[in-house]
Amino acid sequence: MDALLQFVFSGLTVGAVYALVALGFTIIYNASDVVNFAQGEFVMLGGMITVFTFEAGLPLPLAALAAILLTAALGVALNKLAIEPARGAPVVSLIIITIGASILIRGASQLIFDKQLHRFPAFSGDDPIRVLGATILPQSLWVIVGAVAVFVALWLFFTRTLTGRAVLATANNRTAAQLVGINTAWVMTLSFGLSAAIGALAGVLVTPITLVSYDVGVALALKGFAAAMLGGMGNPKGALVGGLLLGLLEAMTAGYLSSQYKDAVAFLVILGVLFVMPQGIFGHKSTERV
Amino acid sequence: MRSRTTTALATLAALATLTGAAQAEIRLGASVSATGPAAFLGDPEAKTIEMMVEQINASGGINGEEIALTLYDDGGDPNKARTFATRLVEDDEVVAIIGGSTTGTTMSILSVAEAEGIPFISLAGAISIIDPVREYVFKTPHTDRMACEKIFADMAAQDITRIGMISGTDGFGASMQAQCKEVAGAQGIEILADETYGPQDADMTPQLTRIRNTEGVQAVLNPGFGQGPAIVTRNVAQLGFEIPLYQSHGVASDAFIELAGAEAAEGVRLPGTALLIADLLAEDDPQYQVVTDYTAAYREAYGTATSTFGGYAHDAVALIVDAVTRAGSTDPDDIRDALETTEGLVGTTGTYTFSAEDHLGLDLSAFRMLEIRDGGWSAVD
Repeated sequence: MDALLQFVFSGLTVGAVYALVALGFTIIYNASDVVNFAQGEFVMLGGMITVFTFEAGLPLPLAALAAILLTAALGVALNKLAIEPARGAPVVSLIIITIGASILIRGASQLIFDKQLHRFPAFSGDDPIRVLGATILPQSLWVIVGAVAVFVALWLFFTRTLTGRAVLATANNRTAAQLVGINTAWVMTLSFGLSAAIGALAGVLVTPITLVSYDVGVALALKGFAAAMLGGMGNPKGALVGGLLLGLLEAMTAGYLSSQYKDAVAFLVILGVLFVMPQGIFGHKSTERV
Repeated sequence: MRSRTTTALATLAALATLTGAAQAEIRLGASVSATGPAAFLGDPEAKTIEMMVEQINASGGINGEEIALTLYDDGGDPNKARTFATRLVEDDEVVAIIGGSTTGTTMSILSVAEAEGIPFISLAGAISIIDPVREYVFKTPHTDRMACEKIFADMAAQDITRIGMISGTDGFGASMQAQCKEVAGAQGIEILADETYGPQDADMTPQLTRIRNTEGVQAVLNPGFGQGPAIVTRNVAQLGFEIPLYQSHGVASDAFIELAGAEAAEGVRLPGTALLIADLLAEDDPQYQVVTDYTAAYREAYGTATSTFGGYAHDAVALIVDAVTRAGSTDPDDIRDALETTEGLVGTTGTYTFSAEDHLGLDLSAFRMLEIRDGGWSAVD
């Protein structure tokens, strides 16, 4: 019994990490149908900038804030310098641009920071919390709460605010959105800034657990992307559920089956789900009018 | 006056070019992974090689001849390593090659060195580099198998016979896992649980819970490097294990204690080199002089502490210098023959004695069993 609970705790911890990364994909995808492959790099930058500003003497909350703001600025710059000039290009070209951007960011941070692994202290210490014989670290709770908070904020943003609806409208039909007076260029800038900020926040929250170095972004983005696909791309609810589901799947497989097949089983389940529900669990079916 | 000096210098330079063949400097080639995924290996290696060549030339070279170093950065890419090895042999006409930070790049350079008959000292771990023995290939790092044997010997000394293993699926972890399983039986160790984790995984508590729930496990062994072992160490502390945790030489650096946290890492044992505990070595220790000299010189040159990997490069350069000195020649075949008769050369990794059957030349005494106490290293034996 305590083993099952331990697997659940592990799954929630890892799943919340995936969910946070997956949530970052949503905004840019909703605004432009572009899957931003530099999202993992935003997560990495969130962790790295916090590490280096913290070691330079800034208090942890300020260091984290600096990391989020700087990364958001980089997200805006990415849109202005790389995505906007290629405005007319098809979505696939834009996705390839984000892959290029991720390689550039990784290379640059290898030079600007270093090639070592880093970590900063957990927010509320490292003493595990005991529940019925199983243990969970306080930082895991931070990550879980963070994932839920970002989910709620995004959900409110897309359903309750005019700006959020403007983002959705831009994705749906850019010309029509412009006709009803939406500044689509501004919406794109905003979505890149917000996505980068969410990525950086994820980096800040998960670094005490996963550790950070210049090359962690790829693996994080891959798992986050898988979680987003599983839950339904573009839907914050899907990102949250997909992330937690993926984490729990991995933990249960490692716990009850074999750790060798942990990733294989997780991806098999994703394949199975997408086979039956190609839009993901919460993805809405889109029909094109011809 | 000035013009006369210039003329003299020009004449000298011209003469030097003319007699270049007769007064040849010793052309040393190197290809290491100073950037890329294996940069944590190649970066200190490149710095060490450059520093040592500079030192040797400043003190008059070998037998009065200076070393001309050509160093390439293969970025951990075996294809690039092969290209650079070929360029070193054909264009730069080197007489010996140091490098191959990873087993992959080593294998590329190795085939070129064997085909061209140039002595090559590898800086990578795999036992397959020198087993079977290749005529021109030597290596300085100890093998994974030796690390397993050292760990198992320490376990046996404490009456630990049944263990659980949790290994990374990265190249290093997988290779060491296989080697350990191979030698365990011979040393009376039984592996009851055999778990793995991905190199980028964030939590290993499910695997560790399985190990904990396996009846009779007396210790846990974690072969791997990168963030995995740090996370395993933290998870072991989180789960409140009461049995000892053994890590591998892959994480034998101060950074590991920092990443895992001094509290979680308390009591962790691993095999490491004398280099890691330079401050703890007794003055009559055979390696005391060479280790302290090297760590001090490295710190002075680069302002940071060196690592075990830099030590591998140090030993490779020392071996070549020793061989060239004894050979009294810069012919690649003479250097190879002299390398093979190296005897009792004290390096930072251990004491090297090569023979026709042994191109590694280290024994288990090269490893020291270390334990983490109060956030620092201490020697067990």
